Amino acid sequence: MGRITNCFERLKDAGRQALIPYVTAGDPEPAVTVPLMHAMVAAGADIIELGVPFSDPMADGPVIQRAAERALRQGTSLRDVLAMVAEFRRQDASTPVVLMGYLNPLEVMGYDTFAKAAAEAGVDGVISVDLPPEEARDLLTALGGQGIDPIFLLAPTTDDIRIEKICAVASGYVYYVALKGVTGAAGLDVQSVADKLAQIGRHTGLPVAVGFGIKDADSAAAMAKVADAVVVGSSLVKKIEQNAGQSDRITQEITDVLARMRVAMDTHKDRSSP
Amino acid sequence: MTVQIKQAAGALPDDNGHFGPYGGRFVAETLMVPLRELQEAYDKYLSDDDFLNELDEDLRQFVGRPSPLYLAERWSAQLGGAQIYLKREDLNHTGAHKVNNTVGQALLAKRMGKTRIIAETGAGQHGVAAATVAARLGLKCVVYMGAVDIARQAINVYRMKLLGAEVVSVESGSKTLKDALNEAMRDWVTNIDDTFYIIGTVAGPHPYPAMVRDFQAIIGREARAQILDQAGRLPDALVACVGGGSNAIGLFYPFLDDSDVAVYGVEAAGHGLETGRHAAPLCAGRPGVLHGNRTYLMEDDNGQIIETHSISAGLDYPGVGPEHAWLKDEGRAQYVAISDDEALAAFHNLTRVEGIMPALESSHALAYAGKLASTMARNQIIVVNLSGRGDKDIHTVAALEGIKV
Repeated sequence: MGRITNCFERLKDAGRQALIPYVTAGDPEPAVTVPLMHAMVAAGADIIELGVPFSDPMADGPVIQRAAERALRQGTSLRDVLAMVAEFRRQDASTPVVLMGYLNPLEVMGYDTFAKAAAEAGVDGVISVDLPPEEARDLLTALGGQGIDPIFLLAPTTDDIRIEKICAVASGYVYYVALKGVTGAAGLDVQSVADKLAQIGRHTGLPVAVGFGIKDADSAAAMAKVADAVVVGSSLVKKIEQNAGQSDRITQEITDVLARMRVAMDTHKDRSSP
Repeated sequence: MTVQIKQAAGALPDDNGHFGPYGGRFVAETLMVPLRELQEAYDKYLSDDDFLNELDEDLRQFVGRPSPLYLAERWSAQLGGAQIYLKREDLNHTGAHKVNNTVGQALLAKRMGKTRIIAETGAGQHGVAAATVAARLGLKCVVYMGAVDIARQAINVYRMKLLGAEVVSVESGSKTLKDALNEAMRDWVTNIDDTFYIIGTVAGPHPYPAMVRDFQAIIGREARAQILDQAGRLPDALVACVGGGSNAIGLFYPFLDDSDVAVYGVEAAGHGLETGRHAAPLCAGRPGVLHGNRTYLMEDDNGQIIETHSISAGLDYPGVGPEHAWLKDEGRAQYVAISDDEALAAFHNLTRVEGIMPALESSHALAYAGKLASTMARNQIIVVNLSGRGDKDIHTVAALEGIKV
């Protein structure tokens, strides 16, 4: 059993939901990333989504676009990101790490080469935002051969047929995009998310993480009532942007946000019955 | 008269939008169902007589089709080789081939009940063509344009505004066409319910490459009939410029089964292929995935898209339509490149010799056709797609010569 599945089973036994922070690797500079990952775990993160910077992040809002631009200016490549995960693994053997990004860097490295290097580095899951299951056969084979979970997105527009198709090839967890829009957008509607999660739950036993539009402790707590995991990205990356050049403050502000989310998620245990 | 749009049964792409290994649908999940709905609507209206008749009527009465196929006699004589015919897409309403596609997609948007259209634009020709059909149909229109392109295509920006469109300056990435496309995709994913995204070239996720090709193929259908009528035979070669590749595929497609017709796509060599400062993914790039499709790209060893350069904003794009990637690999078309300087010389030459001022994009095709013609016999024929007129480029040309207009 992989680290991701382990993690969700442990949380389920404890009656808790996973807190999953996202940061872009190499933002604002490569030296910040690994210490920040450790600090986020200490602040209550259960799984880390590490963004692989890409020049054309079509599904991201301005905050994460700028993060990718900062990371790329520092020359952060996919190989560098894998090296960061390997470094993280030297001190943390249990926290799952999921790479999130776009297909082209994987495509250029070659799927088999990537999957092997990712497994060696200690990567547990891969989200390629622009890769629907229809185009994913070769990458799925490569990841499967290395025991890495392919994590797919589900969206408000995803119908029953697609939910079935996607969940059939996904493992680890599935990631529900809570709104029609890009990362960091506004307009989260808890009731519509709850309805969609119920629909998804009729097709799969996989844990469901919810992301896009979760900004603070209140929205994290609200989502934790209906989902198995809460992903927070843009509001953390914003802290990096505001404090670029001051790595201590970056760590402090991000861990503060996560700690508040952790408390809010764990104290609002009155989960609505399924 | 009902227009025939589809060519041979069994033609590419396949049901998933693949041209061999190229094409496909590489988009965020949110767009997968809207793309399927678009595909279904397109398939439906492609065989709907009312739709096809309305399209045909619009192309004749609003766009001004058919466009002439003009024999450039003086220029051909000067070159001393093949006879060059120009397919005059510059004479279309709005001044380029782009409107063939926007008329078609806007009719589809109306049929699908969408009230808002969005578009990306590089040189501004597609943006103007989109704003034009939006004005005519009373649809709201937002055009995304890179900040760099806005600066070098001021006239088209103002035209779009006059037509009632909102022009959004894109400040991310390299601030050119690719970034405008990213931003339009972000808008679409946010406003799917009421918005139709009119992509301007034969790239993007399926069904766009096939749909835009089918709307542009009227260029080649007309040219094929015209050359048979005017010269009594098929041409020996076709030449068109390739940025995303919509005017080229529009000319080429109806001739692809004519195996004696050589097909040349002309990319932008910018400062020269050897300098790396160009926009020629087919000549000097390699396959990858960007903007919803797999195709040849300008990218670095880490899979990051690199900045392109061309004197012409409309060719300044790091990717290319997937069908061109396929035609290249299959050997059915040859792809070559023309530098900024060569294109500029062709711009001046055609203007002075034929009294036709071509767009800088089209000037790339003209420059290659000039080279090719002089290697051919006088009884041979080349058809060049003169995809747009050059009025929009006079500031660029004047600035290069130190003249303030």
